[in-house]
Amino acid sequence: MSTTSLSSPSVGEAPPRPRFRIDDKYIAPAFITILLAVGHFSFGILESYSRTLTAIAVSILTELILSRLFTGKWPHLASAYISGISVGILVRSPEIWPYALCSAISITSKYVIRWNGRHIWNPSNLGIVAMLIFAHDTVATLSVQWDNRIWAMIVVWALGSFIIYRLKRFHICLTYVAFFFLFAWIRSLLIPGGNFLVEIAPITGPMYQLFIFFMITDPRTTVHSKKGQMLVAFLVALVESLIRLHGSLTSQTFFAVHAPYYALFLMGPAANFVEIGQQIRKKRLAAKEALAMTPAAEGAAVVSAPSLTAAEKK
Amino acid sequence: MQGRIGRIALIVIFVGLITTVAALNRISARRGMSAAPVNSEAAMAHYGFRLEEVSKSSGIDFVHVGPKLDPKLDHIMPQVAAMGASVSIVDFDRDGWQDIYVCNSGEGTKNRLYRNLGDGQFKDVAEEMGLADLNQPGTGCCIGAIWGDYDNDGYEDVFIYKYGRMELFRNEQGKRFTRTTDQAGFPAWANVNAAVWLDYDRDGRLDLFVGGYFHEDVNLWNLKTTRMMPESFEYAKNGGRKYLFRNLGDGRFQDVTAEAGIDSRRWALAACAADLRGTGYPDIFIANDYGVSELFINEGGKRFREVGKASGVGFSPKSGMNAAVGDILNQGRFAIYVSNISQEGILIQGNNLWVPRPSKPGEIPRYENMARDTGVELGGWSFGAQFGDLNNDGNLDLYLVNGYVSADPNRDYWYEFSKIALGNSAIIGDAKNWPPMEGRSLSGYQSKKVWINDGAGRFTEVAAIVGVQDKYDGRSVVLADLWNRGVLDAVVANQRGPLLVYKNHASSEKNWIGFRLEATVSNRSAIGTQVRVFWNGQEQVQEVSGGSGFCGQNMRPLHFGLGKDPKIEKVVIRWPSGKTQTLTGLEVGKYHSVKEPS
Repeated sequence: MSTTSLSSPSVGEAPPRPRFRIDDKYIAPAFITILLAVGHFSFGILESYSRTLTAIAVSILTELILSRLFTGKWPHLASAYISGISVGILVRSPEIWPYALCSAISITSKYVIRWNGRHIWNPSNLGIVAMLIFAHDTVATLSVQWDNRIWAMIVVWALGSFIIYRLKRFHICLTYVAFFFLFAWIRSLLIPGGNFLVEIAPITGPMYQLFIFFMITDPRTTVHSKKGQMLVAFLVALVESLIRLHGSLTSQTFFAVHAPYYALFLMGPAANFVEIGQQIRKKRLAAKEALAMTPAAEGAAVVSAPSLTAAEKK
Repeated sequence: MQGRIGRIALIVIFVGLITTVAALNRISARRGMSAAPVNSEAAMAHYGFRLEEVSKSSGIDFVHVGPKLDPKLDHIMPQVAAMGASVSIVDFDRDGWQDIYVCNSGEGTKNRLYRNLGDGQFKDVAEEMGLADLNQPGTGCCIGAIWGDYDNDGYEDVFIYKYGRMELFRNEQGKRFTRTTDQAGFPAWANVNAAVWLDYDRDGRLDLFVGGYFHEDVNLWNLKTTRMMPESFEYAKNGGRKYLFRNLGDGRFQDVTAEAGIDSRRWALAACAADLRGTGYPDIFIANDYGVSELFINEGGKRFREVGKASGVGFSPKSGMNAAVGDILNQGRFAIYVSNISQEGILIQGNNLWVPRPSKPGEIPRYENMARDTGVELGGWSFGAQFGDLNNDGNLDLYLVNGYVSADPNRDYWYEFSKIALGNSAIIGDAKNWPPMEGRSLSGYQSKKVWINDGAGRFTEVAAIVGVQDKYDGRSVVLADLWNRGVLDAVVANQRGPLLVYKNHASSEKNWIGFRLEATVSNRSAIGTQVRVFWNGQEQVQEVSGGSGFCGQNMRPLHFGLGKDPKIEKVVIRWPSGKTQTLTGLEVGKYHSVKEPS
């Protein structure tokens, strides 16, 4: 998870400002904080404040240090806050170090694994997968419900959908959920003794609510076109379903239990690679064309083609 | 720091973080595991004791058989019929030797009462005593048994709880048992998974607390509906009701649950009673499956009040499967141990060791979960656990059994289980939605835990080193001095597995003292009596229990390890009647028989 904040529109005359308006940058952090608070004070989803606070603190600290050191700028901390709070909720461990290290890995990955000025993996998705693979004796992920009564689920889904709709990313959630249900139905036919209700059961839990509202919609690590985003959501649901099917048919648990994390870990970066590759090809093509048309301007064209813009460096 | 050097530095940091995760994971995993088995001399030298499994050579050949429930549950039978193996300790014939009662659960199978012959051998006398044939079809299956002298005649009677018809038997002078269930006035049917004897109103007569698991309307052999499973994996409140039966003294028990303020439909798996607040009245702690634990404090023997949240024990919902108390830090206060589920990489609930903060008598105690800090958090799919000083060093150790369903070791049910566990109540509540197990294992073949207390707040896991290497699906463990040697042996009941007897070979360098208590004014079993031993500047409190752990009951006498060269300063006994006795000049290395002053 990173942040679902969007850049504000800049074309045309500025519309009259409403008297009170929350900056989009703060909506996602506010929503995840409310989820955490309600989940904990109503249903006790956190066993320890110290672990969640550790995850948040390390996440923010890592972002501050790396941003200052490697970009020379003070970062906006919404993204780091969401990553930290996500780690604090989703990671389950009797030790405190997984919370700290998962946060540190998540944030560091944004600075290390970059291509063409963009980080490729959703930070907390990568951090959690790293923990599941390298710390499987010590780490599990969130597996409790919010109460299990239907109203709690409806409230979270309604609020989350409204916020994501406002952030113009609802189509991603909708695509993923629709295909999750479709693939669940297909699995229920393929698995001996399969049951559709059992296959859809996991999506009723809070882990999926966080996954859907905060991970797969993260604008920094999703492709830019609407169709592309929907295609990626479909592919994540597909790969997840294949991992789940493998788990059911072979009775092997390790990957199947955490299927959505692995699916996003595989498909998110793959889509980003394709998109960034296309962008680079287009830029090179444009540069070549410009070069062919104005031979005298060769030097300037070479400088501007594949180098990073200031915005991309963020 | 930008450019090539900056990138290299970033990559080094990132790889370093990942490597640190792998290294710390390795260290954590090793810390939770027992070291490789070594020879018995090394175990004795390091920990001062070793355990030897001697069931066969002692004449014990019991193997538990599970029940066969309604065919509608066939697909998940190993999960639903997962309890019933239980063991309790009693000296039923008052010959000074601890006997063993073990429950079976298969239809038509027999329970066993192993009389301790005193020569290292045990003989099953359940049939001749009238305590064997308690699994007749139509009456349900046995889940556990607790012993208490409800008629104050000096002989321990037995209450047997079942998924089905609960039973009460009066001990006729150690010669036979008479069924007194009908006179007692218990309900015709309940699916009980926890029970404890206590004298909640201190009237000198033992009362009964009984905790239901499945709803009492459910007959597991003849289901009207498959909607009988928990409505939630974490927040279920559709389980069996609780019962508080007041002993009227004439063989009848009155249901006083409602007027006593006990109103819970959580899924009780274990319960224990002890005076946790220094009031003299026993409080009740319930470990619930599919939800939070509950602590009912006793308000003057008249009412109970649930204070789980206020005390800190009732907030995080888990899968409580054990309730045992022990003064683990020798501070004169009881910690409570609750077992839960931990499966690496999938579900880490962690067991709870609720350690109380200092409080004034009568206050609601505030508990803090110290399981992680003390090292007793991870025990697999944990079931029964008991505190006892296994090496007589003066600190209470902890013996935990675990393992849920050991079937095909190569096929795992956890993934299927994880799906249904996350499901909404409409899904999880119906047994027909639960994925079929088809011979798969669910946290099976697990290594047991024997944690040795260093007295400074750390427990070390030594099971394999000291000789505990079985991997059966453990349910109930109890501790008792079966050979009257001043050391605690362990008896383990395994679901669909053999009854194991671990004989303790403890070093004779360390000393001990024991107490056989008999009340005269209070209930004759002395259940609820607290004994505080003060020695070498230390203090340890123990309380006579009417049932603890998971479907278990330790021996009635109290055993205190004292370490090397102990000097007993005094022993203070507080009887349930409120009378207090202070004993000095006691000899160590023996059991002292103490009667309540009249």
